Amino acid sequence: MLISIASGKGGTGKTTLALLLAAAEPDITLIDCDVEEPNCHLFLKPEWHGQGKEITVMVPRINSNLCNGCSACSVVCLFNAIAISGGKALLFDELCHSCGGCILACQYGAIKEEKKPIGTITTGTSPILPNIHLLNGTLHIGTPSSVPLIKAIKQEVSDLKVDMLLDCPPGTSCSMVTAVKNSDFCILVTEPTPFGKHDLELAMNITRLLHMPTGVVINKNDEATGDKSIESLCQSRDIPVLAKIPHSLSFAKQYAAGFIPDEFKSIAINIWKQLHAERREEA
Amino acid sequence: MKELVIVSGKGGTGKTSISGALAFLSPQKVMVDCDVDAANFHLISSAVIKHTHEFKAGFEPHIDEEACTHCATCTDLCRFGAITAGVINTPLNCEGCGVCAFNCPEHAITMQEKEAGQWFVSDTRFGQLIHAELGLAIENSGKLVSKVRQEAKKIATTNHFPLIITDGPPGIGCPAIAALSGASLALAVVEPSLSSMHDLERLVELVYHFNLPIMVCINKSTLHKENTKQIIDWCNSKAIPIAGKLPYSDAFRTAVQSGKTVMEITDENVKEQMTKLWHNLAKRLDVPAQLSGIGLLRQKLNLF
Amino acid sequence: MKIAITSHGEDRHSEVDSRFGRADYFILYDQETDTWDSLPNTQNLEAAHGAGIQAGQSLAKTGAKILITGHVGPKAFKVLDAEKITMYSMGDLTGTVEDALAAFLAGKLMTIDVPGASHGK
Repeated sequence: MLISIASGKGGTGKTTLALLLAAAEPDITLIDCDVEEPNCHLFLKPEWHGQGKEITVMVPRINSNLCNGCSACSVVCLFNAIAISGGKALLFDELCHSCGGCILACQYGAIKEEKKPIGTITTGTSPILPNIHLLNGTLHIGTPSSVPLIKAIKQEVSDLKVDMLLDCPPGTSCSMVTAVKNSDFCILVTEPTPFGKHDLELAMNITRLLHMPTGVVINKNDEATGDKSIESLCQSRDIPVLAKIPHSLSFAKQYAAGFIPDEFKSIAINIWKQLHAERREEA
Repeated sequence: MKELVIVSGKGGTGKTSISGALAFLSPQKVMVDCDVDAANFHLISSAVIKHTHEFKAGFEPHIDEEACTHCATCTDLCRFGAITAGVINTPLNCEGCGVCAFNCPEHAITMQEKEAGQWFVSDTRFGQLIHAELGLAIENSGKLVSKVRQEAKKIATTNHFPLIITDGPPGIGCPAIAALSGASLALAVVEPSLSSMHDLERLVELVYHFNLPIMVCINKSTLHKENTKQIIDWCNSKAIPIAGKLPYSDAFRTAVQSGKTVMEITDENVKEQMTKLWHNLAKRLDVPAQLSGIGLLRQKLNLF
Repeated sequence: MKIAITSHGEDRHSEVDSRFGRADYFILYDQETDTWDSLPNTQNLEAAHGAGIQAGQSLAKTGAKILITGHVGPKAFKVLDAEKITMYSMGDLTGTVEDALAAFLAGKLMTIDVPGASHGK
C-alpha cells in the first residue's frame, strides 16, 4: 500500500507524521519526496548505502556547425527554451521540459540529446529505528523543477510490493500532484488555523481531482479554542478525520532538536488501524 | 524602488506572519503574495478584491475528432503518457509541449493557450495587495509569481512608493526562484529546528547562486536556545547579517486566528522585536522606516 | 560603432538603469554619425518570463555592438554573447546616459565577462 502524506500549507507536520507512522510499523519503506528540502534523514540519521543514484533528464545539445539558424526548433519549443542568436539556435536548458520536439523539428540533424543531472536518490537504514528503510531524493540547487526527480523516485519504487509512506512537498502545484498521483491513499495534514483550513481545501480539491481516497490529520490541535471549522470542512467533503494530534510545546522542542519522541505513538497506531481497514475494504 | 522578498526554504517558519507585521509597520508600500498555490496573506489583511484578471500560461492540445485517423503517431511521440491515438486519456500528465500537434500527419491537433489561474488587486488595511490563485494542479507557478511581482512594480511606480514587500513561497524550486529574481534584499526566515536550519543552508546556496543580498530572521528563537546560537554562529561564519530575532509566542497563533498581524495583539516583547527587525531592514534597504512629518500630514488628509 | 546604454528615461539626459532585461529604455548612440536614438524596452512591461532573452534579441536587431549597463542576467548574457555584443558594467556609477558614455569612452568601465549582479552584498 502506498500512502502519501501531503498538506497544502507548509509546516503543518507532514514529515513529523510520516516519521510517527513509520516508527509504529514493524517493516516500512519511507520515501522522502520533498526533494527541494528533504528532512526525514535529519531525524533518522541513516547509514547510507553507497553514494546513491544520480538522476538525469535528457536535454538537447545543438551542434552549431550543422545549425543554419532556420529556427524550426525555436518555433516548436513552447517553453521558449530555444532562441536564435548570432544566427544559431541557442538552448536555455533550465527552461527545457525534455519533450524532444526540437529534435523532431530539425531537418539538418543538428540536435542530439544528452543527459543533464538534476538530483540524487539515496537509500539508507536508520540505526535508531532499524524497521525503517529510507529512500531520499535531493534536488541539485538551481534546478527549477522537482517534477522529473519525483517521477524518477516513483519509478524506482513502482515494483516494490511493500507498504510505503511518501513524504510529499508542500503546496498544491505540479510537484505535489506528481508525488501524490497513483498512491493508494492520501493523508492531508493540517493545523487548526485559518491558513491551515484555507490550504487544506485546496489540497482536497487536488485529491478529489485525482479520485484519491483521502483522510485528514489535524496537527497542533488545541481543544480549548473550540474551533471545529476543519472538522466541519471534512464532514462536508465526506473525508474522515483520522486523528487529532495535540499541540505540545515539549514535542515541538524535541522536534527542533531532531528527535521524534514516543509521546504520540498510540495515535500513530490508531491511524494505521484505520489505514489497514481501508485496505481491507478496497480488496 | 526596492523589493524585500521574504523566503524560508522550509514551510511554516512564519513568512506570512512576518510579512503581515512588516506591512503594518512600513509606511508606503505595495504587498505581493507570491505563494500562489497556497496564498494566505489576504487572510490577515482584510483584503477586498477590486480587480480580477485571468492568467493564461502554457498550452494544451485540442483534437479535431473528424480529422483524427487514430494512427497513434502521437502515442509513440508523447514522452509524458498523456495521449493515446488522438485521445487525451491522462490530461494531468500533459505538459503542453506540442509534440503531438506539430507531428500529427493529419494536422488534427492544435495547441491552445491554457487557463492557468487568476490574479487579483485588492485593497487591504495596509494598502494594495497583489495576489493570485493558481489553477488546480497547474504547472507554471513560476510564471504567475513573476506576473504578480511585475504588476506590483507597476503600481509602486505609479504611486511613487519606495517599497514592495513580497511574501515568498517555500522551497527552492521555480516559484522561489521566480520570487527572488531581481530582488533588492532576501530575508530568510529560519526557526531553531534541525529541519529549518538544514533548509536554510540550501536556501542560502540558492540565493548566492543568483547573487542576491540576504539577511536572516530567527523566528521562535526561544524554542531551542542551543540551536538559535548555532544559527547565529553559522550566519556569522558566512557574514550573513541577522536582521532580527523573534521569540516563540502564542501571539502569532492568536493573530492568525483573528485575521490580524502580531502588531495588533498584546505581546509587547514580540512587537518590540518586530519593530527592531523592521528598522534593520529599512536601513539596509535605504527606505524610510516611518512617515516623515509631511508624509503623516498627507496620510491624514488622505493624499498619496 | 553603435553603443547601447540602459536608461530609465527616453533620452541621453535620463538616469541610467542598472538592469538590462527589464530596463525601461535602450538609448542608442551611433559613433559614426554622432546621432542618438531611443528604444522603449517593452519586454519590461509585457513579459512575465524570459525578459532577458527577448531584450537581448531586440538589442541585437538595432545593430548595437556595445552595451553599457549595470548587470546582465544569465539568459540575457548568453544571447548577447552569441550576438557578439560586448558588455560593459557601470559598476557603482550613477548619473545620466551621457555620463555613462563619457566614462566608457575614457576607458573607465570594466567588461562584463560573467553574468550576475554586480552590486549587492
